[in-house]
Amino acid sequence: MRRYAYAIPYWLWIGLFVIAPIILIVYYSFFDIEGHFSLVNYETFFTPVYLRMTFNSFWYAFLITAISLLIAYPTAYLLTKTKHKQLWLLLIILPTWVNLLLKAYAFLGLFGTYGAVNALFEALGIGTKQLLFTDFSFVFVSVYIFIPFMILPIFNALEKLNPSLIDAARDLGANEWTTFRRVIFPLTLDGVKAGCQAVFIPSLSLFMLTRLIAGNRVITLGTAVEQHFLVTQNWGMGATIAVFLMIAMASIMALTGNKKWGVRQ
Amino acid sequence: MKKVVSLFLLVWLVAFSLLYVTKTIESSKGYGGNNTVTIYNWGDYIDPALIKKFEKETGLKVIYQTFDSNEAMMTKIAQGGTTFDVAVPSEYAISKMKEEGLLLPINHAKIPNLRYIDERFLNLSFDPGNQYSIPYFWGTVGIVYNRALLGGKEITSWNDLWDPAFKNQILLVDGAREIIGMALNSLHYSLNDTNKTHLQQAKQKLDALTPNVKAIVGDEIKMLLANEEAAIGIVWSGDAAEIMWENERLDYVIPKEGTNLWFDNMVIPKTAKNIEGAHQFINFMLDPKNAAQNAEYVGYSTPNKKALEYLPKEIVEDERFYPSEQLANKLEVYENLGKSMLAYYNELFLQFKMHRK
Repeated sequence: MRRYAYAIPYWLWIGLFVIAPIILIVYYSFFDIEGHFSLVNYETFFTPVYLRMTFNSFWYAFLITAISLLIAYPTAYLLTKTKHKQLWLLLIILPTWVNLLLKAYAFLGLFGTYGAVNALFEALGIGTKQLLFTDFSFVFVSVYIFIPFMILPIFNALEKLNPSLIDAARDLGANEWTTFRRVIFPLTLDGVKAGCQAVFIPSLSLFMLTRLIAGNRVITLGTAVEQHFLVTQNWGMGATIAVFLMIAMASIMALTGNKKWGVRQ
Repeated sequence: MKKVVSLFLLVWLVAFSLLYVTKTIESSKGYGGNNTVTIYNWGDYIDPALIKKFEKETGLKVIYQTFDSNEAMMTKIAQGGTTFDVAVPSEYAISKMKEEGLLLPINHAKIPNLRYIDERFLNLSFDPGNQYSIPYFWGTVGIVYNRALLGGKEITSWNDLWDPAFKNQILLVDGAREIIGMALNSLHYSLNDTNKTHLQQAKQKLDALTPNVKAIVGDEIKMLLANEEAAIGIVWSGDAAEIMWENERLDYVIPKEGTNLWFDNMVIPKTAKNIEGAHQFINFMLDPKNAAQNAEYVGYSTPNKKALEYLPKEIVEDERFYPSEQLANKLEVYENLGKSMLAYYNELFLQFKMHRK
């Protein structure tokens, strides 16, 4: 009996902050702007505007995740080889302590026409380029913000790897590439999956950066949710998009996750 | 475990003693109770010297708090809990607050200075008979441009913005009514047009503007224009006045096709405790001399006709902020179009944002 009593706070927590909000979102998605029960929001979602927005969101989230992975894996690998691992790791985590908005504003200054980056370009003779409000800057800043969440799980997975397995592979005649492909990578796959989830899922619903860094030239589902709730006050449509975002996220978790949940921070 | 508990207790102790200290300081200074008026206003939107003057004249203490968006202000007032005796929302927020019963009626008998307000600014659609609101400042939506960056080119109308020479030079403010309104105005339609054919035409016209648009941004637009990130910006006149202080190469123009006329108004929210003091404050701010002093400090346009006499000539004759009658007749106040029409405006705006170069 006491065992159940201890579980009550957790059940309450899950009920109030996980299950109830999801039910509310699904409930709201069935109401049109005038408050009548209808399926009109779902009809609207399957119009070209929202389908293209969905495609855009997935495409940018994919780009951000892929680039993060490409940079994060070698970084994590090199980290395990360094002398002062903890110090390097701290330096990588450090930027996550700074508020996201502050970092975005910093990039507004750095990437501006008269910003530091363009000053460097001028000095190098490349000439001033438009960096702000481009796809490039949007992906760049997003990768910068999310990359610690990719590095950490991969680093942990690499740390856990038993070095004698690599020695064994080398003893048995495998070259560097084969060792990586057949031994190291498969054994750290859980870390990679955890990292991809930690990056892909939040980038799917990014919204602040789309305005600050991309100047609303990139419109994702997250931007639309924000608009519908705060500006249009069309909660039904906002909730409908949220429903599709949740379905997308759940299916990604199902696809990439397995019984074991990688090694997460 | 012991450590955790004692740390926890320490935090509580510090929090409570701070609360106690602030209470004692407030009461020793005469705050709290019935002799205070709490003003809830936009940041940097009043001459602080006027608050001192008001305190001296009436013996009331003023607690001045600020907000940075109508939405944030409305949420705080709707929640209750905090006392605000006077607030300064914009006109669309007033019609919303009225609908939600967040406002108390204003007793005109206690505001004799109301007679100084220009009739053009009274009895408007968002508050017929000014039952709940008294005008504080007003302004327009227009074009800020950087003469130097445009090589001395002049901009006088909305339609000038479609000039291919301005490729990638325009920053738009992230507001559906403002931007769709701009397109409607450029087609010589009303800002409050609800004809869907007209609105579709406006959207198509906006799509044609896409090559010239550098970005659609929020409040950052002020910083970006002051830093010359782009040469042209669509902004509210108040923001324009502010950045023209920072960067002298900027100029503001009210487009000749006409544009939006907006108001910030004093209201008494339902959270008010000192209703008498609130009326006194509103009346004080309408005194022509005070209104003139305030307008000179803040830099916005005052609705107080009599106050114009006390303002320097170069301010009153500046047609960018006090447009001539002929232009003023083309200005329109946003009407509350209803939820579904507003949703349609926002839908079109979203589609415009998604239109790629």
